[in-house]
Amino acid sequence: MKSLVYAAFVLSGIILLASAPAPSGYIVGDKADDFSLKNSVDGKMVSLSDYQGVKGYIIVFTCNHCPYAQLYEQRIIDLHNKYNALGFPVIAINPNSPAIVEEDSYEEMQKRAKQKRYPFAYLFDEEQAVYPKFGATRTPHVFVLDSSRVVRYIGAIDDNPELPEIAKNHWVVSAVDALLRGDKPATEFTRAIGCTVKKKP
Amino acid sequence: MPMYPYRFSRLLIPLLCLLACSAAKAQEFAVYDSLPQLTSRFHEAGEATLVVNFWATWCKPCVEELPCFEQLREQYADKNVQVLLVSLDFKSQLEKKFIPFLKAQRLKSEVVLFADQDANTWIPSIYEEWDGAIPVTLIVKGRQRAFNLGKFENYSDLEAFVVPYVSDGKAVSFKNLINCNSGK
Repeated sequence: MKSLVYAAFVLSGIILLASAPAPSGYIVGDKADDFSLKNSVDGKMVSLSDYQGVKGYIIVFTCNHCPYAQLYEQRIIDLHNKYNALGFPVIAINPNSPAIVEEDSYEEMQKRAKQKRYPFAYLFDEEQAVYPKFGATRTPHVFVLDSSRVVRYIGAIDDNPELPEIAKNHWVVSAVDALLRGDKPATEFTRAIGCTVKKKP
Repeated sequence: MPMYPYRFSRLLIPLLCLLACSAAKAQEFAVYDSLPQLTSRFHEAGEATLVVNFWATWCKPCVEELPCFEQLREQYADKNVQVLLVSLDFKSQLEKKFIPFLKAQRLKSEVVLFADQDANTWIPSIYEEWDGAIPVTLIVKGRQRAFNLGKFENYSDLEAFVVPYVSDGKAVSFKNLINCNSGK
């Protein structure tokens, strides 16, 4: 279907200039590979396997500079504060290249984590090798994994970046609550809304 | 006759004036809170070719591209082409970011702040294949739609995209009058 749509565009002489990259990365049901990334909170390397006895992981690709990431920052902290004790820690990963956005450098991550007292790991995907595996394209972009590292939800945190108090769908909360009950999340995929991941040139 | 009669928030006009009229006058803009307001603006275009650019002040390539749309508006005004710059800026940053930006840029095209937060609903209803990344440009001409994902590198690319939807199908310049990297 997709290729049909593209073909229609090409035939009608419309130039599709920028890339609509073919969807790549994990889909719901895939098992995520572990990784090892440096934590800007304490300088230590962090892997999923370090989290012993958890029921799952809330992996949030996010960053310092993006206005959407900033709008969601407190909600990400709240997610960890609520769910870490229930066995679903937040693991934040900055996928951006500081060569594109200086504000997303490791040093700036350290500052941000300290200033906002991040209660979760804030990892730096310096080689930009982890985010493409997940297929993260935005900040923020959430991947909820179960204890077997199987991806169970991909997308946005909720449906209102600017006004959390009137958000109607809290997708990540609903997905984690469902997994804690042993159920399948009712919504497994949404569009992540935010800034594009800044790839190193 | 006001320049932009479309659903201008009545509260916003005095607010804007308080903020802006004292100093250099900022560009007027409408605030649309929901998709139906935007789609009815599409319908109001009637026979005109409406070139809709989705952008935001925090999106660098979008800002770079704006002068190309300004150029288009100027060159194609008498060919019944309208340019609508739909900003996805945040309402909460209206005073701090959006209005100062408009003041500095002195845009002449019609500007709308589109504040519908439920992007998972409105984005696919604009264009199913759109993942929400900006800039994107949409052409509305009657019932026809054309969509360009991403940024135009230069003015003639934008022109080439628009010209098939202009009534006489003729380009005004087809010259790289400006590249689309010249925004401040």
